[in-house]
Amino acid sequence: MEGLNVPLNHILLVSSLLFAIGMLGLMIRRNIIFILMSLEVMLNSAALAFVAAGAHWGQPDGQVVFMLILTVAAAEVAVGLGLVLQVQKRFKTLDMDHANRMRG
Amino acid sequence: MLELIWLIPLIPLCSSLLLMLTAGRLPRLLIGYLGVGSVGIAALLTLAAGIHFMANPEPFELTLWTWMQVGNFAPGVAFYFDGLTLVMMSVITGVGFLIHLFSTEFMEKDTSYARYFAYLNMFVAAMLILVMADNLLLLYLGWEGVGVCSYLLVGFWYQNSANGQSARKAFIVTRIGDTAMALGLFLLFTELGTLDIQGMVAMANETWQVGDSIPLIACLLLLGGAVGKSAQLPLHTWLPDAMAGPTPVSALIHAATMVTAGVYLIARTHGLFLLAPTAMMVVAIIGIATSLMAAFTALMQSDIKRILAYSTISQIGYMFLALGVGAWTAGIFHLMTHAFFKALLFLGSGAIIHCLHHEHNIFKMGGLRRKMPVTFWSFMIGSAALAALPMTSGFFSKDQILLEAYQLPGMGPWLWLGGLLGALLTAIYSFRLVFVVFFGKANTEPDRDTGWRMAVPLTVLCALSLIGGYFIIPVEAVFPAASGEHPAHWVEYVSISVPLIGLLLAYLIFHSRQLRVDGLVGSRVGQLLRRFWFSGWGIDWLYDRLFVRPYYELSGMLKSEPVDVIYGLIVAINQTLNQWLSEAQTGRMRWYIASMVFGLVVLISLALQISPEVL
Amino acid sequence: MLEITLFYIAATIALVATVLAMTRANAIHALIYLIVSLLAVAVIFFLIGAPFAAALEIVIYAGAIMVLFVFVIMMLNLGEKGDQQERHWLQPKIWIGPALLVTLLFIELLYVIARVEGPVSVTSVSAKEVGLSLFGPYVLAVEIASMLLLAGLVGSFHLGRRYLDRDGIEKEGEQ
Repeated sequence: MEGLNVPLNHILLVSSLLFAIGMLGLMIRRNIIFILMSLEVMLNSAALAFVAAGAHWGQPDGQVVFMLILTVAAAEVAVGLGLVLQVQKRFKTLDMDHANRMRG
Repeated sequence: MLELIWLIPLIPLCSSLLLMLTAGRLPRLLIGYLGVGSVGIAALLTLAAGIHFMANPEPFELTLWTWMQVGNFAPGVAFYFDGLTLVMMSVITGVGFLIHLFSTEFMEKDTSYARYFAYLNMFVAAMLILVMADNLLLLYLGWEGVGVCSYLLVGFWYQNSANGQSARKAFIVTRIGDTAMALGLFLLFTELGTLDIQGMVAMANETWQVGDSIPLIACLLLLGGAVGKSAQLPLHTWLPDAMAGPTPVSALIHAATMVTAGVYLIARTHGLFLLAPTAMMVVAIIGIATSLMAAFTALMQSDIKRILAYSTISQIGYMFLALGVGAWTAGIFHLMTHAFFKALLFLGSGAIIHCLHHEHNIFKMGGLRRKMPVTFWSFMIGSAALAALPMTSGFFSKDQILLEAYQLPGMGPWLWLGGLLGALLTAIYSFRLVFVVFFGKANTEPDRDTGWRMAVPLTVLCALSLIGGYFIIPVEAVFPAASGEHPAHWVEYVSISVPLIGLLLAYLIFHSRQLRVDGLVGSRVGQLLRRFWFSGWGIDWLYDRLFVRPYYELSGMLKSEPVDVIYGLIVAINQTLNQWLSEAQTGRMRWYIASMVFGLVVLISLALQISPEVL
Repeated sequence: MLEITLFYIAATIALVATVLAMTRANAIHALIYLIVSLLAVAVIFFLIGAPFAAALEIVIYAGAIMVLFVFVIMMLNLGEKGDQQERHWLQPKIWIGPALLVTLLFIELLYVIARVEGPVSVTSVSAKEVGLSLFGPYVLAVEIASMLLLAGLVGSFHLGRRYLDRDGIEKEGEQ
């Protein structure tokens, strides 16, 4: 299939916007589930940048890294959701500010 | 026979150890027998050794074992026995035995009876080691041993903190001299490679010329030790305070034996001092200066023991004068006679103190002549000998010193004049003591007279003080012969008459009151001098300002460890930082993320500033 | 030209869906928006010549991972009370500071991106090439990724087991 003449920096712009939104979500949400979602958004934006760069050079490496990011995201979500269950069980809430027992 | 001289220090040492280890659990009578008997046996052995030595006057060396072996340095535990050693040992064991006997009565009520005799016996053993030592290292062992015993005995009544202070003062001040002496030993060893006294002196004579600088330095360092131990200027301040100990201790340690160790040291190493005429001159000047200073001070004191202490300092000054002018025999002779009459005076004062409920002030005594006849006659004879009235023991020795001082070329007559002034003062203060204490009206009643254990030592010492001048001490083989010349007859007449003038003056002032000195004393200058002399020429005050207080201030400053402040600062900074950082550990993840983002922003802007082309 | 238009539409959908996902009070709503966003990104992948990546994005991201989220949210059963709580937390005074920070960061990124020029390549990268590359030079990374997945498996099993164990809950609840 033919590629298209989208300027690379537009894709990167979309990627950075996604990243920024994800990071904003990370900072403003207190619910641990939303925090995990924000992380997914950020990972996804990074993956978009990689794939775009790979397409720019015509190389498969971008997609390879995308797959690695995918595995990282999968593993992280699996463990993270397990932690969500534990947090809910121990604190009876999903508010991360309650889970501050490790404060110095 | 002489092979057995090692028993002489060993017996008191064993007795001392036994008394220490039993810790006063023995019956009092047995303690007395042990303490006195051991010294008595030592005295008998010394007597036997003396008789043997007189028959065959050859120096005798006895090496027991090698003390240590370090490279080519192998000091032995070895004894050297000659005329000088014999004189010293006789004084130590003989006078020591009498004082021990006296002590059994003086200390009979004391709870620490065994401790007292343990210390006293150990002192005798250490002092014997000091005088018998063949090498300077063993001598130093004895030297320090007597220092420790002196410390322990001055602070014997340690429950009173003032006594402890006096003991520390005695120990620390003599320690200054001891340090100088140790340095002298180091110097001699590095230069000559041996500390064996006889071999060292012989080698020094081969190595050095008269007037070389190294023997001068070595002699001055040894002199420092001697000055500290013998309480001479400028390290004399400890002796008056050392009177805090029991009176027999003052008699034995601070009058008869230990304080003369400095004299013995210089006499023993006279071969070195002959190589350094300057050092000899220093010895003489220290001697005469100390003698006069102490005599003036003694004139003003009111504490009976302090009078005697200053008189001791003054008399040792005479011995130093004798050593300084090369009158070795006269110096040692004066050492011996001084041991007799000063022990007598101290024991006499001990008897008074014992019978007057520990009263020390002479102006609270008076009229004791009839109530304590033995003590009175002891004091009369002792003071006569101290003042060097003709035909007493002190006369022979002091006269000899003054005559030999006069013959010294150059400064001789001046030293002689100084010595005469000292003799005059000695006569005045010693008879002032006698007149104030024994004549006049009685101020206190003694509750008893002396028992036989006090009377016998006093009587024997009286006899020795009277006839001691006729002894001939066997030291002619030890010291170089005196010139044998006699100065003009008038010099001798003046020397004889001065003490008599002093006696007369004392009589007129303090007894018959025909000579009024109130006006003189009452004048402003008189008051000033009186206070000045009373305080011992303000030397204690001076030392207090010069050394003691700055030292205390320094230690007060160092107590808070100023250097530690630096490290404390580091710790404080770290702790503060830690506090700040742990404040940042809120446990709120959103804050962490926000700060990470902030850091990221800063980092990226920095990177853009520094190298925009990388990004 | 159509493709370019499609790209901008997809990009707009992705951004809008993400913003909505980040701001929803209800977790399930947020999740749906997130899936939409992921699908839009998959479209972008497809448009820039990475069909394999697009397929994986849909199958694994939008499919498997999001389903995990759905399961957990259903398990927790947050309900209406949770929504109100979320709305209460989402006030301007809370998000204004982070928004400023993120804007700063975004401006910096923009500054960096502005200097990138040129179009995305015209040729697409096929799944075959990706596969060759994966099992060629990147084989070590694949192994490490498999280890990571195994660790994630073990970790989530360990964490989740206690939750499912009812007795365990009661015991620990008493503590």
